[in-house]
Amino acid sequence: MDIILKIRRFNPETDTESRYQDFRIEAEPDERILDVLMRIKRFQDGTLGFRKSCAHGVCGSDAMRINGKDRLACKTLVRDVAQHGEESVLIEPLRHLPVERDLIVDQTAFFERFRSVKPFLINKEPPPERERLQSPKERMAFDDATNCILCSACFSACPILEENQSFLGPAAVVQAFRFLADSRDKGFEERLPVLNASDGVWPCQNHFECTRACPRAIKITKRINETKRMIEAYQKSQSENK
Amino acid sequence: MKHTFDAIIVGSGGSGLYAALEVSAKAKTAVLSKVYPVRSHTGAAQGGISAALGNVEADDPRWHAFDTVKGGDYLVDQQAAMLMAEEAVQAVYDLENRGLPFNRTPDGRIDQRRFGGHTRNFGEAPVRRACYAADRTGHMILQTLYQQCIKNGVHFYDEYQVLDLALKDNQCAGVVALQLSTGEIHVFEAKTVLFATGGFGRMFKITSNAYANTGDGPAICARRGIPLQDMEFFQFHPTGIKGLGILISEAVRGEGGILRNNRNERFMARFAPTLLDLAPRDMVSRAIMTEIRSGNGIRGDRKIDDYVHLDATHLGKETLQSKLPDITDFCKTYLGIDPAENPIPVLPTAHYGMGGIPTDTHGRVVIDNKGTLIHGLYAVGECACVSVHGANRLGTNSLLDLVVFGRRAGRHMADYVNHGDPAGIATDATDFSREWITRLTAKKKGPHGGRIFDKMQRTMMEKVGIYRTETHMARAVGEIQTLRERYMMVRAEDRRNAFNTDLLELIELGNLLDLSLITAVSALNRRESRGAHSREDYPDRDDPQWLKHTLARLEKDDVGLTYKDVDVSLWKPKPRTY
Ligand SMILES: Cc1cc2nc3c(=O)[nH]c(=O)nc-3n(C[C@H](O)[C@H](O)[C@H](O)COP(=O)(O)OP(=O)(O)OC[C@H]3O[C@@H](n4cnc5c(N)ncnc54)[C@H](O)[C@@H]3O)c2cc1C
Ligand code: SF4
Ligand code: FES
Repeated sequence: MDIILKIRRFNPETDTESRYQDFRIEAEPDERILDVLMRIKRFQDGTLGFRKSCAHGVCGSDAMRINGKDRLACKTLVRDVAQHGEESVLIEPLRHLPVERDLIVDQTAFFERFRSVKPFLINKEPPPERERLQSPKERMAFDDATNCILCSACFSACPILEENQSFLGPAAVVQAFRFLADSRDKGFEERLPVLNASDGVWPCQNHFECTRACPRAIKITKRINETKRMIEAYQKSQSENK
Repeated sequence: MKHTFDAIIVGSGGSGLYAALEVSAKAKTAVLSKVYPVRSHTGAAQGGISAALGNVEADDPRWHAFDTVKGGDYLVDQQAAMLMAEEAVQAVYDLENRGLPFNRTPDGRIDQRRFGGHTRNFGEAPVRRACYAADRTGHMILQTLYQQCIKNGVHFYDEYQVLDLALKDNQCAGVVALQLSTGEIHVFEAKTVLFATGGFGRMFKITSNAYANTGDGPAICARRGIPLQDMEFFQFHPTGIKGLGILISEAVRGEGGILRNNRNERFMARFAPTLLDLAPRDMVSRAIMTEIRSGNGIRGDRKIDDYVHLDATHLGKETLQSKLPDITDFCKTYLGIDPAENPIPVLPTAHYGMGGIPTDTHGRVVIDNKGTLIHGLYAVGECACVSVHGANRLGTNSLLDLVVFGRRAGRHMADYVNHGDPAGIATDATDFSREWITRLTAKKKGPHGGRIFDKMQRTMMEKVGIYRTETHMARAVGEIQTLRERYMMVRAEDRRNAFNTDLLELIELGNLLDLSLITAVSALNRRESRGAHSREDYPDRDDPQWLKHTLARLEKDDVGLTYKDVDVSLWKPKPRTY
């Protein structure tokens, strides 16, 4: 069947504003949107810009807005967005990040926030000769948070970021939680200033848009709330100790 | 723009990042990567990393080394394999200590599971040697190493595509790279350079490999006169999702999954009575193709796109959810089936290049049988050939290769920068790259590369695939040569500088064409069957003639071949049965 991809385009060297361009193309229901984009690029218009790599939803390169939803092009099948042919599918770059070209956005701000939460194991005690022990239950406590592929879909989906561009954002909190909930990590206090700042975890108002968008099925909103509870528990214990 | 460093790492997959952690602690280092580090294909690795920890049953590094040698059909350099198996144990503990969230045993240790070709006591029965984090082991390795790089302030140049290597006599001088966001050419002068650019599965039509896996490092080296080793050995993984090539990890069979034909028969019992579905990959892939050719595929029409079933229905929802969650998700997303209820339709998929840039066990590039070095030049990971994988790699041994040899190369580089003078980069270092780009962008007319890409992938898949013959391969060589000629006429449609992905893809196509030619010629010349190189006209392994590594040199439009000894100092080659 034929479908029409309506793609938002922008080339900083020639355009002052973005514009939409239609591509009519034959597509099979079981194909990925990424396959269709690749065919456009290889056989219709080589100038179309987008990122891609793994093509099966594990590298985080090709998050974009498809019919207004933040998704990975390689994890969205044609049949998810078009059943009968002749449908028009809207393809746009992610929000809240500057567009560099067509569907390519500058993720610097996203990665800066990721780095700001110290996303690495903090434990100053020398490790034992073998592995640090951890029970299966302790390991599962942060399991879904380890799945993040830093695709920025949640960052684009977040309604808070629309109003408050300095909000830490969902993924950075997930990454912090991944360590806060790891029985081997001792970095809570080091991460606290960033998380507890006014633009840290607190602006989140439980819209759940990030959770709906996440291609790795991370319970983002839940993890943000758990992080808030950890901070509150810590503050309570601090004031009791005084 | 010109930059000066002590050490340059090209590539930020598992191998590049591990080396970067080591060398950056002691020398001024930069990591260049054409994709964001966390997008590297190491993140796609699923099943596990092997080490004889013995956490769930008795194990021994010597058994691991032996399995590696036998799995590689005796083309493995045996001391290198032994070293890898011995250092594996500490390497896995290091990863855990740095935060890697492995699955755990009830007593809190790193859990281990079975994988193809890994056995107890020199082949008795499968052993649990693969350490794993669900079916996301590579993702966790990549994340953990990147986290450590952030912690240690490693300097990254993200989205820089390296185009060329600068050599001065037998010494490395630096690299030339294109900055994707601006189209600007940069020169990185350095005393030492490490290539860690990963695999090149994109030369085949159906592959488990990422779009970025285009073999840039080996192709760059080949054009600079460095031979590539054992390129005829390319592994087809038995279980890719039919049609798409997306990998279904061997861990599915490690956990008990079974391959079945259209009579619901467990056909591996006929091909490998002891290890059954956990025989090495080359054997399982051939078994599947043999079944399909004899009309035992699910459709039974003997066509090469017929398929078989991977049955995991008896593993139960819980095991699938806790140990193979991503596989379950892939099946649901791409096939619309739940592996707990339906068998998975699978077919072999081009997966892993055993060959690559020849190195010693410090990652130093060695260009001949006499041990001649290119001073300051290193390679590790899938783009390199140590050789620990020989003619067929065992599952979980690649991730291990990355960390063991990534670490060794990084340490050696840190030491190397303290000795001798830099070669100094020549003023004309960028000429080759500039000419290449001009050729691709300045023309008024010319075909686009899309069709050449397609044709190359089909040629390699059909004629230099799982089963090979003289006639087919000779034809493939001719076809690739023609495509290389047509490539000279190709023109990029995109003329802009910022994120000209059209240009980048054409550059990658050029790299793949060079590697395809080298692969096809190396394969055509090896008149025996060994590991993944399986010839219908020479079905047996021929040790007297062919127990040797191929060294293939790109000489303009031809390939010159020489050979190199294999280290068989530990175990005498024996027939390979399982
Ligand atoms: C689906 C899948 C599953 C796998 N599962 C397993 C498993 O369970 N166990 C196992 O042991 N092995 C597994 N493997 C194999 C293993 O994952 C790979 O061989 C390994 O990760 C390769 O790592 P690397 O560091 O060599 O390269 P990669 O991780 O591929 O990284 C290559 C890097 O080089 C960079 N690069 C490439 N070209 C250039 C250039 N021109 N300029 C700048 N940078 C460049 C890229 O940006 C990237 O950062 C699997 C492979 C696949 C495809
Ligand atoms: S939390 Fe989910 S949506 Fe957000 S960056 Fe990570 S994987 Fe993407
Ligand atoms: S291309 Fe890797 S997530 Fe889509």
